Amino acid sequence: MMGRAVAIDVSKLGKVYDGVTAVQDLSFQVYAGEIFGLLGPNGAGKSTTLRVLITLLRPTTGQATVLGHDVVREAEAVRRLIGYVPQERAIDRFLTGREHLLLLGDLYHLPKDESCRRIAELLKLVDLEGKADLPAKTYSGGMKRKLDIACGLLPNPKILFLDEPTLGLDVQSRLRIWEYIRRLRERGITVVMTTNYLDEADQLCDRLAIIDEGRIKALGSPSELKTALGGDTLSLTVGEADMGRVELLASALKGLPAIRAISTRPTGLEIRVESPEKALPAVLEAAGRLACRLEFIEYHRPRLDDVFVAHTGHAIRSEFPEAEE
Amino acid sequence: MREYLQEISALTMRWVRRLSREKFSMLFTLVQPMLFWLIFFGNLFQRAADTQVVQAPTYISFLAAGVVVMTVLNNGLAGGVDLLFDKENGFLERLMSTPIHRTSVILSRFLFVMTITSLQVLVILGVAFLFGVRPATGFLGVAVILLIGLLFGVGLTAISMALAFSVKSHGDFFSVLGFLSLPMIFLSSALVPLSAMPAWMSLLARFNPMTWAIDAVRPLILSGWAAALGPVAMVVVIMVAFDALCLYGSAKAFRRAMG
Ligand SMILES: Nc1ncnc2c1ncn2[C@@H]1O[C@H](COP(=O)(O)OP(=O)(O)OP(=O)(O)O)[C@@H](O)[C@H]1O
Ligand SMILES: [Mg+2]
Repeated sequence: MMGRAVAIDVSKLGKVYDGVTAVQDLSFQVYAGEIFGLLGPNGAGKSTTLRVLITLLRPTTGQATVLGHDVVREAEAVRRLIGYVPQERAIDRFLTGREHLLLLGDLYHLPKDESCRRIAELLKLVDLEGKADLPAKTYSGGMKRKLDIACGLLPNPKILFLDEPTLGLDVQSRLRIWEYIRRLRERGITVVMTTNYLDEADQLCDRLAIIDEGRIKALGSPSELKTALGGDTLSLTVGEADMGRVELLASALKGLPAIRAISTRPTGLEIRVESPEKALPAVLEAAGRLACRLEFIEYHRPRLDDVFVAHTGHAIRSEFPEAEE
Repeated sequence: MREYLQEISALTMRWVRRLSREKFSMLFTLVQPMLFWLIFFGNLFQRAADTQVVQAPTYISFLAAGVVVMTVLNNGLAGGVDLLFDKENGFLERLMSTPIHRTSVILSRFLFVMTITSLQVLVILGVAFLFGVRPATGFLGVAVILLIGLLFGVGLTAISMALAFSVKSHGDFFSVLGFLSLPMIFLSSALVPLSAMPAWMSLLARFNPMTWAIDAVRPLILSGWAAALGPVAMVVVIMVAFDALCLYGSAKAFRRAMG
């Protein structure tokens, strides 16, 4: 990680919308060639951060540079280097897919033949060749999303900004889009994306910032973040009749060498442990001694969910893609 | 400069393309409701309207100027609607994230609205011609009518866009429009001359930019250059000021909405 080229540098960034503070004191860097994620629940300030970086919003405080250009003073230069895929499906229902791309080709001032060449290439990349000449109102949600992504790629950007690229898509389409995004990284494009899906952040992003209530709560690669939590998790589900003894069990376990932290859950206990070999026998022994019947024992390495909860104090709200409206 | 032309023509073509895709709306854009005003009102009130009061050979020849300016009014006030939709569905944001000049989207809209309005004005004058209305100032007069329409239309479109950028929802937008357009028409000399109005109405109508535009267009149709030159010169000066004011306001609204 050391010495990598910095593509985006954000320092003490804040944005207030007439009295409402959307983000404050954000500082982070995005390295060239990585997939960087902003992970957070609805209203966390992800889109706001992105809009500042693509020069559509002026920050209230702090500053940001994209490939060395200040997003306020050198907005024009920034716009020439980036591509953007908005969160809403920014599609004109009456235009065909190809017409969208041709329009954008002119807005990026591409010569006609260059524009047509790239459009053919992109339509192939996102599998829309067959539908390219139908009006966008006949497209499904996933197809619109693909067109969106093709639009973002048309300028051949150094950095692509994607706002919730898979929101509301079915599982297959999500996997396809993850695949495209990885391919972009192979082509050397830096990707900055927002998401409120933990699995997406975990599997797709090289590094991520967890953002909640307008602030960054944690920053690092998914595996760094998980390791930093320290230890694996042991979840005990206690028989309903024995729930009265959970507190007793917790205090019996507290302070044992292999056990790091214990928290009570409605169905039992969640224990952060150093190593399963040492912890498991001790837990079983204590439960047996207290006659506390364990219905179910689950052991897992830390997941991004645990990281999220540890840093924000609450679970991210939506873990599963909602159905397309 | 070449880049600027490329983006403006692409954005303007988008509006044209959209219109051609919406077959119905295309039809109704050409055969617009204003035409019915001309045909139905024009013939309906032919007997009821006193040619002495309207000071015109027929009511329809009196009404033609009003319908021309009403068309400009309606097109202008509705000119921001498509930008409102673009703003709401995020398309505007996509356009603004590209390296285009900040004024290009707005300029393309002006170009489109003004072109459509001019075509409609020509259709109206053509239909009026079929009902025997011969513009007294000939082709040059028609050109001046188009110019007045453009000057008035630019200001109105600017107001409409400013509204589109400022409102929170499109319900608000359409309520304000609905509230504006009818009083603008009735409190003007479109349907009756000011002299035939109740005193309070004619007083209000005197401050309505519609009235100034109509009072310049009407003599171009009915009387001839001698009577028209004065009002035309005045309305050009007034409209330039009106446009400057509206453009200033809409530029401010746009800058606020776009950060
Ligand atoms: N134009 C605006 N005017 C006023 N407040 C706004 C505006 N846009 C966003 N906000 C507020 O700023 C905060 C952050 O919004 P933002 O859209 O950045 O969140 P987000 O993380 O992208 O959420 P989501 O996952 O729902 O897209 C929210 O509290 C939101 O209500
Ligand atoms: Mg968002």
